[in-house]
Amino acid sequence: MEASPFLPTPQYARWRKWKSGAITGVLVACALAVIAPLFLVIYFLVARGSSSLDWNFFTQLPKPTGELGGGMANAIVGTVTLLTMAAAIGVPFGVFGGIYLAEYGSDRSNYWIRFAADVLNGVPSIVWGMVIYLILVVPFKGFSAYAGGIALGLMMVPLVMRTTEEVLVLVPQSYREAAMALGISRWKVITVIVVRTALKGIATGVIVALARIAGETAPLLFTALGNSFWSHNLKEPISALPLQIFAYGLSPYDDWHRQAWAGALVLMALILALNITVRILSRDRQSAP
Amino acid sequence: MSAPSPRSILPAPGSQLPSSAFKWAAALAAGMIVVLIVLVGSELYVGSRQSLFKFGAGFLWSSEWDPVAEKYGALPFIFGTFVSSLLALVIAVPLGVATALFLTELAPLKVRQPIIIAIEMLAAVPSVIFGLWGMFVLVPWLRDHLFPDLKHSLGFLPLFQGPIYGLSMLAAGIIIAIMILPIITSISREILRSVPDLQREAAYALGATRWEVLRIAVLSYARRGLFGAAILGLGRALGETMAVTMVIGNRPQISASLFAPGYTLASVIANEFTEATTDLYRSSLYELGLVLLAVTVLVNIAAQVMLKSMMGSGSSKVA
Repeated sequence: MEASPFLPTPQYARWRKWKSGAITGVLVACALAVIAPLFLVIYFLVARGSSSLDWNFFTQLPKPTGELGGGMANAIVGTVTLLTMAAAIGVPFGVFGGIYLAEYGSDRSNYWIRFAADVLNGVPSIVWGMVIYLILVVPFKGFSAYAGGIALGLMMVPLVMRTTEEVLVLVPQSYREAAMALGISRWKVITVIVVRTALKGIATGVIVALARIAGETAPLLFTALGNSFWSHNLKEPISALPLQIFAYGLSPYDDWHRQAWAGALVLMALILALNITVRILSRDRQSAP
Repeated sequence: MSAPSPRSILPAPGSQLPSSAFKWAAALAAGMIVVLIVLVGSELYVGSRQSLFKFGAGFLWSSEWDPVAEKYGALPFIFGTFVSSLLALVIAVPLGVATALFLTELAPLKVRQPIIIAIEMLAAVPSVIFGLWGMFVLVPWLRDHLFPDLKHSLGFLPLFQGPIYGLSMLAAGIIIAIMILPIITSISREILRSVPDLQREAAYALGATRWEVLRIAVLSYARRGLFGAAILGLGRALGETMAVTMVIGNRPQISASLFAPGYTLASVIANEFTEATTDLYRSSLYELGLVLLAVTVLVNIAAQVMLKSMMGSGSSKVA
């Protein structure tokens, strides 16, 4: 009896199995290739940056061109200052916006506000720098820490808003109803019951947003500008780690390259620390009932 | 969570004012988002008005960029932005989708979680650090190893001809690819997870091998969503600034060779904005910013629409 032409030959079946196995291998290789850059970057940051992390790096100002040594103390303080200012804008607006979306907004208005927030998230960071330059640098006749902090703060608003909304809607409706039944006014229900229940989630969202903007360089180029000295006044230009890394990295001096790597290592450590905080916070939240 | 004592939050009778004030504050904050969008667009328009009126539409396809002669054209930057971003997509989309397939379909739980964490960490690395690494580690390696090999094996294509500097369009494409891989992978993962298990079971029941299941049941089902993920990655790629500025070579030229330096919209703004000495120069840079904003916003909206139709309301969770 002849074999049916529609049944696969054993060779073909083997080939199909072999192909499936080969592609499985390719998928594994792709996954490894995707995470390899992370380890390469961290390896080079540590290899080239850690030897320059001494006391001077954290306490001294940058030395003038040509002189060896110096540090990035002002840039580290500058980054912390800028992040504080950004949080002062991004957190209240973001959290209140999230409260509106979760507690007050109609479906229709929420759709458009969410849409706007997503569009705003996609605006390239360099464009934020140009916009703030026109609004805050030109009228006040100078680059300033304010301009840099506000640029970063505005970038934070849509991020914080979306995460706040997401955790607020997770608070069970029965909490709100129970509080309302006691005759507590709406805003107290929201602040004392809803927001307080979701506080950890909101904090997580804020830290994620801070970690996101801590490494931003482009919006600071035309706003905070950078500074080789201490800035004693927020109306003056201020330095920041990313700005200093960029400037030193592009410079022709080996000593500055060395410091750029050290600065990058410090910045990366800061961002990793923020991310690990988030992980710890959200692990607690998951284990809670 | 400890419950607050009820007495402290009982209302004083008849006080409606704080409630409505609170509501208005919340509405104001949410409304600010819309105001911000209008603000970004209008400020860029105001900044670029001079250049818009002087050059008109010709700005977009003039390829001359000579600030000394007051001649400004956007074409080399538009070219550089699109070529570097498309290169990045060509590299990142297959890798990202393959990784997402691995994570959703194959990887055991113990392997999956560490890889997901590593990818999230990769997303957290700032652009300027990728730039530093790209400039001092990746570009020298490309110049000495990968590029000569490519030229040797594929040199008959115009893409891989010409002198090798290291700093190049291809280097920028590779750096951008690394930077957009996390978002493409995580969105693809969400898409693949939304493929119903019935699809897979049906294919297995027909005797399909593992790869055939992925191809017939999973990938074809998820095709549209994966396309949306790629477009979202494109939106990110177009606006990348710092890392690209540090590895692309910053030369406003249009060259067929991927080994040649290029320039992008975002990086010319980063480099030349503070040095722009005349109003027209600065205005032209604003117009470049306006072009960049328009393109990224359109691409992002397209991606959102595609992903929303695929996954329902949860799709806009774009971390």
